[in-house]
Amino acid sequence: MSASQPPIDSPEIRRLTPVLGPGHTFGSVTDKISSIVLTRPTSFGWYIGFALSFGFTALMTIAIGWLFTKGVGIWGINIPIGWGFAIVNFVWWIGIGHAGTLISAILFLLNQKWRTSINRFAEAMTLFAVACAGIFPLIHTGRPWMAYYMFPYPSTMGLWPQFRSPLIWDVFAVSTYGTVSLLFWFVGLIPDLATLRDHATTKSKQLIYGMLAMGWRGSVRHWHRYQSAYLLLAGLATPLVLSVHSVISFDFAVGIVPGWHTTIFPPYFVAGAIYSGFAMVLSIAIPLRKAYGLEDFITMRHLDNMAKVMLATGLIVAYGYFFEFFLSLYSGNKFDVFLVQQRLHGPYSHFYYALILCNIVLPQSLWSYRLRHNVVFLFLMSLVVNTGMWLERFVIVVISLTRDFTPSAWGRYQPTFWDWATFTGTIGFFVMLLFLFVRVLPAISIAEMRELVAETSEEEK
Amino acid sequence: MEQHRSHIYGVMAEFDTPEQLIHAVEKTRAAGYRRMDAYTPFPVEGLAHAMGLKRNMVPFITLLGGLFGGLGGFGFQWWANVVSYPENIGGRPLNSWPAFIPVTFELTILGASLCAVFGMLALNRLPQPHHPVFNLKRFVHATSDRFYVCIEARDPKFHIVETARFLQGLHPHHVSEVTDD
Repeated sequence: MSASQPPIDSPEIRRLTPVLGPGHTFGSVTDKISSIVLTRPTSFGWYIGFALSFGFTALMTIAIGWLFTKGVGIWGINIPIGWGFAIVNFVWWIGIGHAGTLISAILFLLNQKWRTSINRFAEAMTLFAVACAGIFPLIHTGRPWMAYYMFPYPSTMGLWPQFRSPLIWDVFAVSTYGTVSLLFWFVGLIPDLATLRDHATTKSKQLIYGMLAMGWRGSVRHWHRYQSAYLLLAGLATPLVLSVHSVISFDFAVGIVPGWHTTIFPPYFVAGAIYSGFAMVLSIAIPLRKAYGLEDFITMRHLDNMAKVMLATGLIVAYGYFFEFFLSLYSGNKFDVFLVQQRLHGPYSHFYYALILCNIVLPQSLWSYRLRHNVVFLFLMSLVVNTGMWLERFVIVVISLTRDFTPSAWGRYQPTFWDWATFTGTIGFFVMLLFLFVRVLPAISIAEMRELVAETSEEEK
Repeated sequence: MEQHRSHIYGVMAEFDTPEQLIHAVEKTRAAGYRRMDAYTPFPVEGLAHAMGLKRNMVPFITLLGGLFGGLGGFGFQWWANVVSYPENIGGRPLNSWPAFIPVTFELTILGASLCAVFGMLALNRLPQPHHPVFNLKRFVHATSDRFYVCIEARDPKFHIVETARFLQGLHPHHVSEVTDD
């Protein structure tokens, strides 16, 4: 099987690059993945990374605590820029989550085998990104202790939320998305939790994993219903993931602000979400496979495919930028034309040029086979794309709000220390959750890897 | 509890590959056994068919959940805006249904997903803290690399010696008795 190593660069070989390293059995994938959680000692690097991300989480907690004490005045928001960092970060985080659902649901429906080893941590990434995203609109309300006002509950005032408002659609879309992502992730985890229970080295681990596994025993009747439920969840999550960022784009598109009021927003937001999400999956996968020696499971084929998805969605995003630009000029609407001029020459034009550089120009390097197979380059590119997508949200929110219809309503926006503290704090929180996740749960789906072993051994016959 | 000696839950045979298991299950059914179950570390294609399992109820429960979520979601928005707190805003219609679609859609998905997951767990009788198969020490391999079939004592054809001999004839790795407590 592994006797002759083929030359790197030929199309047939590329097609045949395996999604699983050679020579693996049911037992070996089980042992290799579960050992990360159960037996392998926690490395020094893990403690360093955890401590660092925990530090930033603490910064986030302080920033939010100070916000609750002083109010949103500690941020850079003002009139007319009422949205600022909170909404920029919210949209950015939610977008990142989308790749996890895309990998776990859409690639599952399309029967893409290469999804198997990346879906678990991509789903975890989704959950953590949604958790980070959820913080922002909540603290942006000014009085977060009144957040329950957004849900329909029988109040003594007899009032209901405004169901015709995109902001309420948002509440339903994001909370449904968080719930369904959690369910999907947990259902996928049940068989693996049973594996951990049966391989546990201490009584307490056995007890905890045992309770979480709920007595799963791999009965064929259970698997039969389990597979139905999993397939249905994938089918339900697919339209859901497309709807979530569409609904978020309605927050903008329904408003009659220049640069926001366009019909291209929903598809272009969804493409941008998947773009940034895949970038984040790469940013996580590359260090993860290196740190835990998972190169057999997360192969170059995975990284190559993810880079291609990034390239493709990046081109869709570029198309969105182009038509946003073109339609503004073509419409002849003087406010839209003015907004385009402001993007190109206004006070925030350097953000716009940086965005074009990060999201359109630099990712074109991914056309090169050699660069796609350069792991360090891919990692850097994923960071570039994430920066670019953050800049996109900044450009959309800030430029449109600072340049409204009448010059008397114009303004400037300057984020403060507390804006940055909250933002970098959520990144720390996200990374900290990932560190905890790889330590206590299997980062790759063991049951699905066994299935992959069975399928690949069948193909070899 | 007067009984002190342990009861027999069934006889379990252990196999190395999914193909051997499917073959064994087919043989077992052909021999007339019905009260049986197979245990595998991952969903084995063709095994449900060999066991004679028909369609399950999960899709139907999911449909009910989706209908409940969707109709309930829309109905609630209609009730809140038309009946409970009607507001005349420039003569616009109270039942502005297109604006209710996003929430209706999200609640359809939510209802269906919750029912798919909790319906599946309920039909599987999970959580179930204990089951007799866990009494077998070797059964830890069922979540790793081995494949099991268990003929249960409630099967009318079950006879401890005969059934064990029958399973032995299928060339398993191991045949063991499973006790009830």
